[in-house]
This record gives sequence, structure tokens and C-alpha cells, in this order.
Amino acid sequence: MIRVVLPPNLRTLAGVGREVQLEVRTPATQESVLDALEAAYPALRGTIRDVVTRRRRPLVRFYACEEDWSDEPPEAVLPEPVQAGTEPLLIIGAMSGG
Amino acid sequence: MSTVRLLVGTRKGAFVMTSDGKREQWKVEGPHFTGWEIYHLNGSPVNPDRLYASQSSGWFGQVMQRSDDGGKTWEAVGNDFLYQGEVGAHTWYDGSPHPYVFARVWHLEPSLTEPDTVYAGVEDAALFRSDDGGTSWKELSGLRRHSTSPSWAPGAGGLCLHTIKLHPTDPARIFTAISAAGAFRSDDAGKTWKPINHGLRSEQIPNPTAEVGHCVHRLAMHPSKPDTLFMQKHWDVMRTDDAGESWREVSGNLPTDFGFAIDVHAHEPNTVYVVPITSDSHHFVMEGKLRVYRSRSGGEEWEALTKGLPQSNCYVNVLRDAMAVDSLDSCGIYFGTSGGQVYASNDAGDSWNAIVHDLPPVVSVEVQTLP
Repeated sequence: MIRVVLPPNLRTLAGVGREVQLEVRTPATQESVLDALEAAYPALRGTIRDVVTRRRRPLVRFYACEEDWSDEPPEAVLPEPVQAGTEPLLIIGAMSGG
Repeated sequence: MSTVRLLVGTRKGAFVMTSDGKREQWKVEGPHFTGWEIYHLNGSPVNPDRLYASQSSGWFGQVMQRSDDGGKTWEAVGNDFLYQGEVGAHTWYDGSPHPYVFARVWHLEPSLTEPDTVYAGVEDAALFRSDDGGTSWKELSGLRRHSTSPSWAPGAGGLCLHTIKLHPTDPARIFTAISAAGAFRSDDAGKTWKPINHGLRSEQIPNPTAEVGHCVHRLAMHPSKPDTLFMQKHWDVMRTDDAGESWREVSGNLPTDFGFAIDVHAHEPNTVYVVPITSDSHHFVMEGKLRVYRSRSGGEEWEALTKGLPQSNCYVNVLRDAMAVDSLDSCGIYFGTSGGQVYASNDAGDSWNAIVHDLPPVVSVEVQTLP
């Protein structure tokens, strides 16, 4: 089970709490986690990555195990603690706007 | 007794305000979509409990919302706004070509006859339509692919299609307005479009009387006289009586003719309201006084309406979609400000009261008159 922590604006949009848990085929990648997240919560489609390019929105960041995974390729396998569910993948709204 | 329902979009959420026909006591509900920019909410004239809302964020993009119970509950619907065919480019601020990129929905205009049909005006300028209650969207691409569109350039707020006016009896006729391209009319339900800017004069562009390039801020129409449109342009208040074939200035004695909002009285097609703003470099009302101006002669002669509005130390703006009129016998007028106030008049503008003082900056105000 993959754990994903959402930023507050997306929690209210999806109607969920801080963290959601997703069944994702192993080895989980950034792309497969986002696919599972959007399938489980269709309201989030287009809010984390562009619907056409499927690229991460510029002011969204991905953190895992205290590392910035934002610029890793979508097919990169996520760290083992995320795969094991002991650490979450954090989706963050970037600090912006002062 | 009839009731009215205000749909208020702000920089940080949406609010729904209801009152009986007296329009003296208000119930305020919200915020909905807390923390998100709500550029516009609007209700179906056919089914007033069917509402649409444009929810957006610089971080998380565009979300569309639909309510079927008058705004008590909402459901996220489709947010795929894909330009049809060759995307092409418009002109950027520095004069270079810039590809069209969807940014957000500025305005929602539900069909006058079909509750599941709604039009969306977007940035970068294009017109979309949904026939399934917002679940899916299709561009009416004839407008964006008009031969003049490569020359369209954004206003300060972006290249936005912000006004959609549907003809009350001819479903093939649609008016739109784009900042800073101008006004356009379709007579075939959105397939093809014609610029309707003859008579406009804009000193801010190289050819002040060009076919396109004018920063039209808003159009207003009375349904009983759909060939007459009123326009608040960047500067100048304008009027046409031939569906846009020609415009004439009706700014008359306004203290400044810069502004954004414009609307028409529900029962008097020649009674028009504007909120003059100091200038394009001073986006606040003049002299610290919040004044709505009313013309009962279709323009030219304007009177200041001030009773109940602050007349000192007031420096707010009123944006283009932030004024609306109800259709009760004594016409109600409403507007919201950049300072978070929403003002209501239940006597056609003669007097005003603030429904709320301290919302986030108000972007849009719509009103529904309910049986």
C-alpha cells in the first residue's frame, strides 16, 4: 500500500484527509502512483499534472524520504520505504507568492 | 414571495447569499472551495438549482464544479479544455508570437433553454461549450482560428474571453468579448465569427480604429432589445443599436470613462449602470468615493448614486463580472469590490447597503431571481 500526503487545497477538493492510501502495482513509480491517485479521486485529474502533457504543474513538488523527487522522470521507481508504505510520497504546493 | 440568490466569487472561495424579496436581511453561506480563486459562478435560467463554478489556482490549475441543489453541495466535473486543431499563436506583450495555452475559465454562460448546456470563456482566449452539464467541453474553434487571432494580444489580466451574451430569441447569435482583441459576433451558433469593433477608438494601439486590438472590458444587453449593446471599454462607454455593426461613445458627463463593470436595469432597457474607475494606472474609484453612475437615457447623461456608499477614504475597484441585476419589480442591483464588500440596492440604485464588508477580493457577482 502506497501512502500519499496531499496539500490542503487538494484534500478539500478530493474530500479526504491529510493522507490517502493507494493500491499500486510494484515497483511503484511517480507515474503509477499518480495514475492510481487520479483513478481513485477523479476530481484531482489535471490538478497535479497537465492533462495533455502529463507533466508536473510548475508549482507542485514531490518529496519522498527527505529527497526532492520533483524532477525525477515519471517512470523512476520510488524509494523502498515508499514502496513498503513506511514513508509517504508527499505532494506539495510550492512556496510561492511571498 | 420571490427570493434572490447571489453567487459571489472571490480570490479565496465562493459565497452564496440569499434574501427574500425585500432584500434587506441576508443569509451568507460559504466559503465554498476555500482557498481557491473563483472567477465565476452562474446558474441555469431553465433550472436555477443547476449552478456552475470556475475554480482555479496558480498551483493546481482549473477545476470545474457543478451543483444541482442551488449551491448546497458541489461535484467536480470535467476540466479538459483542449484547443481544437492547430493551436497556433497570438501576439505576446513584446510583440513576439506566443502559443495559445489554456490557463483558466473566466466566465460561464448557461444556455437560455438547456440546463445541461453551458458556454465557457477562457484564457488564452477561446470559447468552449458543454452539452452534458460540464462533464466534457468542446471548443467552438472558429473564434480562436479567426484570421485576426494571431494579432490578438493580452491585456494586463491575460488574453481572456470574459463576456458571452446569448441572443434571447435567436439561438444562432452569440456575442463575445476578449481583452485585448475586441468584440465578436457569431450568427451561426459559434461556427464563424465577425469582429464588431467599428466605431471603437483606442489610443493605446498603433491604429486607434483597427478592426481588432481593443481592450473591451464588458458588454451588457437587455433581453427586450438584443440589438442594443452597451460596452465598458478600457476607456470609453460605448453603445450600439445594430448588433455591433457600429458603435458610438456615450460616456457623456461621466467623471472618468475608464471602468470594468456595466449592466442594464431589468425592466428599463435604456437604464444603464457603470462604476467609473480613476484610470488604467489607478485601479480604484475617484476621489476616495464609491459612486455608481446611472443613465436613464441609454448613456450620455449620467447621475451619481451615492446613498449608502462610502464617500471618503475608499479606494476599491469593481471588476468586470462583479455587477448584476435581479428581475424583481423593484429592480435590485448588486456589486462586489476588491475590498471584499458586496453592496445591494433594492431600489434600482437609489440607495445601497453592504451585505458583507470583509470577504476576500470579489471577482464576480451573479444574481438569481427565484420564484
